[in-house]
Formats: sequence, C-alpha cells, structure tokens
Amino acid sequence: MTRPVRLGLFLTGMAALAATLAVAVGDLPGFGHYPGPYGTIIARTGVAARHGTDLVTTVNFDYRVFDTLGEEFILFTAVLGVALVLRRRRGEERTSEEPPEEHHFPGSSSALGAIGLALVGPVLVLGAWVVTHGHLTPGGGFQGGVVLAAAILIVFLAGEYVAMKRVAPHAALELAEASGAAGLALVGLGGLIFAGVFFKNFISLGSPGAILSAGTIPIGNLAVGIEVAGAFLMLWTEFSDQALVVRSR
Amino acid sequence: MSVLPYLVAIWVLSWGVYGIVTSHNLVHLVVCLSVAQASTYILLIGVGYRSGATAPIFAEIPSSTPVVDPVVQALALTDIVVEATVSALLLAIAVQTKKRFGTVDPDELRALRG
Repeated sequence: MTRPVRLGLFLTGMAALAATLAVAVGDLPGFGHYPGPYGTIIARTGVAARHGTDLVTTVNFDYRVFDTLGEEFILFTAVLGVALVLRRRRGEERTSEEPPEEHHFPGSSSALGAIGLALVGPVLVLGAWVVTHGHLTPGGGFQGGVVLAAAILIVFLAGEYVAMKRVAPHAALELAEASGAAGLALVGLGGLIFAGVFFKNFISLGSPGAILSAGTIPIGNLAVGIEVAGAFLMLWTEFSDQALVVRSR
Repeated sequence: MSVLPYLVAIWVLSWGVYGIVTSHNLVHLVVCLSVAQASTYILLIGVGYRSGATAPIFAEIPSSTPVVDPVVQALALTDIVVEATVSALLLAIAVQTKKRFGTVDPDELRALRG
C-alpha cells in the first residue's frame, strides 16, 4: 500500500470514528454532572468503612485490589517480556562486567555528577514518603515506586553507570520485583486465611489519618512500591545495557 | 460547554492515531501511541468530575465535602501503568528491529522475514 493510499484510507476511517464518537458524546453525562452511584457511595462511606483518607488508594488497594493484583502482574509480565526481547542474541556479546571507563554524556561535568549524587538521598526519602503515606494523602505504591527507581536512575544520569549497577545489581532488582509482586498476593492470601475471603482487609483499621491505619492498604502499597521500583530499574538497565554494554561481534 | 473535555479527548486521540499512521520512526510511533492513550486519561477524569467538588482525599477536609469520583481516578492509575508497560515492550521490539533490519522506518519494513 502506498503512502497516499494509506493516508486517504486513514483519514476516511478517522473521520467516521471521530463523527461516531462525537455523536456518542451526546449520551455521556454532561461535564461536571457525574451521576454514577459507585463513586458517590464510596465518597460517602469509604473513609468510615476503611479508615484510609485517600479514597483513590482505598479503591485501588481495597475495593478493587483484585484488579490491582492483575495490574501488578501486567507490569511484572511486561518487564519479563522486555528482558526476553532484549536477551543476548547470536552474534552479540556483552563487554566485560566492568567497562574500562565510565560512560559520560556529552557535556557532562563533575558539577552535574556532584549535584546528581547529592539528589539521590532526598529523592529516596521522597519516594519512601510517597509509598508509606499512600493511604493518607495522594500517592501510593505505584507512584512512590517510580520515584524510588528514579532516585537510583539519578546515579546513572550523573554519569556513573557502573556505580548504578553496583548499587542496584540485576539480581537485587529481580528479587525486589518478584518479592513485591508476591507480597501483594500474600496480603490477599492473608485475608483468605484470617478472614475467610481473598483480599479481605483483615488487619485492625486504626484511626483515620494515622500512619498505621487502614489495615492491609499500606502493606499492599509497600509491596507494590518495592515491585514497581525493581521493575522500572530493570527496564531502564535493560535498555541502557543495549546502548552501553551489548556489542555486536 | 458541557461536552468540551470529551471533544478534547477525541481530538487528542485523532492526532495520536494520525501520528501512528504517518510515522517514519518506530520510537516516534510509540510516542504517538502514548498521545493517543492520553486521551483516555482525559475521558476518565472528565467523566468523574463534579462541578464544585474537590479531590477525594479526606485528610484535611470534613467528610461531607463533595468530591469527584474516586473510582475513575483509580482506573486512570491502571491506565497509566498499562501505558507504561505497553510502551516499554514496543520500544524493546523497536530496538531489536533496528538491530535486525538496520532501520526503524515502518515504510522500509515491508516483507515479513522469519
């Protein structure tokens, strides 16, 4: 198919799709007039029922936690898939585990390195805070996990790729990813064992707003935070390995 | 205008798909897919909005305050995670395409080869 034909076909199809969607919009609730029952019920009863003050996290890690388990394993499987697609192929070899010299970006300087490394600690603390306060304020395991992974990535951005691999070796990342994923499943099993229902919130709920409250929600967040941090670092090292470590023979 | 956010979502989706169809580079194509998928965030957040309501975080507000729908916001989080994983997988395939065929232009990838 030539380019103009493809473009013509696309424009026809897209015009039809856009027109259909525009008509469908007429049947959606008007903006600002959300009518759905579920959100209203959770907004009214969620805090009293689960003692978590961030209702988005309460939905993700209590009411819909079974879906979150699936979502977590989507991430797990996708990272596995990336590792599989980027595996060493015939005719490729990895340079020795310690490349002779550090990788430096064009224009990188010792000032960039120093500031980058100084940021690692604060960003790690921020990530841990976002993970552990997910049930109280905006945040949670997914968001905080990415911040945690970014803290380690800063080591790489500071031009210290080998140092980053030493701080976060591949085996440790795999362990973090796998144990985090298993952690959330274990929270579900805990509900099955102690309360008779898979993923039932079986721990004492505490008082709303306290750091130790909302039962299993902060535990689930912690597990997901560890998994997401490991998963994203695995992704980034897989990709940067392609540029920095893997050589075709 | 009470349907403007939905029209914005359709507009963003259209441009994302347009980018995918006309792309000359697989990496650019993945970014276009992200743009197309961003339209679903707009749609989800738009559907759950309630006039005059605030975020569904009751850390510092009385429990009777009207809030927007927390369920669609939780769905948006799922959406973002899926988007990130899809992008990662497609980018990995783009890397291997470049290695194997020496190009990332979809127009030059004509025949299927084993």
